[in-house]
Amino acid sequence: MKQDTDNKRKKYTGAEIFVKCLEAEGVKLVFGYPGGAVLHIYDELHKQDKVSHILVRHEQGAVHAAEGYAKSSNIPGVVLVTSGPGATNAITGIADAYMDSVPIVVFTGQVRTALIGNDAFQEVDTVGITRPCVKHNFMITNVEDMADTIKKAFYVATTGRPGPVVVDIPKDITEKLCEFNYPENISMRSYNPDIKVSDESVDMAVKKILSSKKPVIYAGGGVINSNASENLIQLAKYLNFPVTNTLMGLGCYPGTDEQFIQMLGMHGSYEANMAMHDCDLLIAVGARFDDRITGRLDKFSPDATIVHIDIDPSSISKNIKAHIPIIGDVKNVLEKLSEKIIRKKEKPQNIDKWWNQINEWRKKDSFKYSQGDKIIKPQYVVDRLYELTKGDAYITSDVGQHQMWTAQLYKFNKPRRWINSGGLGTMGFGLPSAMGTQFANPGSLVCCVTGEASIQMCIQELSTCLQYSLPIKIINLNNRYMGMVRQWQEFFYEGRYAMSYMDALPDFVKLAESYGHIGHKIEKPSDVDGAIIDAINQKDRLVFLDFITDQNENVFPMIASGEAHNKMILS
Amino acid sequence: MRHIISVLLENESGSLSRVAGLFSARSFNIESLSVAPSEDLSASRMTIVTSGDDAVIEQIIKQLDKLVDVIKVSEITSNEHIEREIAFVKINDKDINEKTMSEFSKNEFLKLHKTKKNEIIIECVDSPKKINDFIKSVKKIAVKIVRSGAVGINSN
Repeated sequence: MKQDTDNKRKKYTGAEIFVKCLEAEGVKLVFGYPGGAVLHIYDELHKQDKVSHILVRHEQGAVHAAEGYAKSSNIPGVVLVTSGPGATNAITGIADAYMDSVPIVVFTGQVRTALIGNDAFQEVDTVGITRPCVKHNFMITNVEDMADTIKKAFYVATTGRPGPVVVDIPKDITEKLCEFNYPENISMRSYNPDIKVSDESVDMAVKKILSSKKPVIYAGGGVINSNASENLIQLAKYLNFPVTNTLMGLGCYPGTDEQFIQMLGMHGSYEANMAMHDCDLLIAVGARFDDRITGRLDKFSPDATIVHIDIDPSSISKNIKAHIPIIGDVKNVLEKLSEKIIRKKEKPQNIDKWWNQINEWRKKDSFKYSQGDKIIKPQYVVDRLYELTKGDAYITSDVGQHQMWTAQLYKFNKPRRWINSGGLGTMGFGLPSAMGTQFANPGSLVCCVTGEASIQMCIQELSTCLQYSLPIKIINLNNRYMGMVRQWQEFFYEGRYAMSYMDALPDFVKLAESYGHIGHKIEKPSDVDGAIIDAINQKDRLVFLDFITDQNENVFPMIASGEAHNKMILS
Repeated sequence: MRHIISVLLENESGSLSRVAGLFSARSFNIESLSVAPSEDLSASRMTIVTSGDDAVIEQIIKQLDKLVDVIKVSEITSNEHIEREIAFVKINDKDINEKTMSEFSKNEFLKLHKTKKNEIIIECVDSPKKINDFIKSVKKIAVKIVRSGAVGINSN
């Protein structure tokens, strides 16, 4: 007790308070990169052992690592970078986290308050430059506000629809003295994330659910953010409704379940997109009707009543008018629906006819490919990775064809196993997010499925992986092209492959070796299994598998931009 | 459709740019925007005149509400309300005849100020619609027009 009073009276520097706040918040790991404006903070981090710091090789990597950490564990990711270029390098990751609703807190150093606005060395208006891509941001201008602001930052980042929060800290604030008192709770009159679910809307939805003959559940990342996977499975099973997932939602409903009709959208399955088009009831759960999902808006689910469950009111009726909006945390809403349907033993319509139709569509087997004995098909590698990891690995990906094939063919049975950049589509996301995922899940198998173009965007993080002994398996689908760009050029630009050929590639095996890792090049289909098994068996080492794959393979099905769901190109 | 949206927001640095940035980032129209202290010293009230169909206005309100600094958003044009704006119109006195001058001085909504350079500043406080009409009538002779943008309050 006495010590407590002493603590309260004692004065600490802003940098000491910063570290104490992280400790009080339960932060175990910070991803970052030092620089002039944050040197006081780094000095304090150095003096203690409660909060570990992971040194990345580029600030973009720090933010993606924090995203992977947060997405795979549901614990907010924390980043610390310096002012100016430290902050601007972090922007891509911050924007990525904003688009995909990832709870991260990014601390940026800032020049001294007296210098702000003077174009000082390494000065940039971080609050201004990050404003459009954060959930909220703060600049701390008094050391007395440090503890409250940090508490608020974590509160805003993790509640409601999660998102990135930036806290900008001028250097002089980290040397000023003040007492330390970390608030236990925080409330903000202008921000109230607790939404009461409207019974009236739920009742309307129940009525439609019980009378529907052609229903579809379209579930997205909100189900994962809300930890509502079990609730969704329970309800869908009871109703016997087909379930499709968005790219961000994969894993929220078991990929191997018979009611799962695969991913929907631009590269979704034939059955998912046809069902979306023909359904009479569309239940959107934690999904936001992104343009890659909807395609042509005026031809979207033309005959359906649309029930939209989302925590963010601004997502509702933004792109597609919702007939029955239900605003609230997905978990709370699904619990209410279950109460009114399962607990009351309500009987849904017999939808055998609808299932017959869906099963007919399924026969198209729209993700099929054929593996010969000469050239490795990229899909085959993903397929084998799925089989050999028993579908139980954490998979991160970069952006492009390899991402779509992984989404199509790796069947995720659990939430938080599929870590990718959906909204912003950030090449370079895969490797650093795998690092964060590995830190959050030590001892688990983490694989990064990537391409030879994407991997080079954050390749420097191979060094971080060595420093912290991260045994990530990199599955490089190397087709010597920016595959998705090449595919669009083939389809829509008469095969003029402007700048999409990856010339002058490094020898990835030697590159991995020079960073202290293991590298293998695999050119024959018959060597795929052995390479993957060997890599998995290297429990303590990072293994870079460079698969030389078919250059001409395209992702199918494909709905061209702005087309309707029933206008798929199948091959 | 024209709408007036009243926003009560935390009086913090950067709050204005959050709102202004939201409008430009999402391609919403701003006809006018005014911001000033409110009854609460720690909050400012912003009045935004905008236009758009119902779906756009719904999005504007929801997006404003989503800003962490925003305490309350209300659309005031759909209910009974009062709106006012102030405008200054500067004219050269040689461009105006005595008859018009005397009409102006009798109009209770207008106030006339003379400058040292033989100019007249007409101060006009009225509804934006009336101000539009007035400005139309003097547009040909106006040297400078300064408008505050509308503010409004519910009156039901």
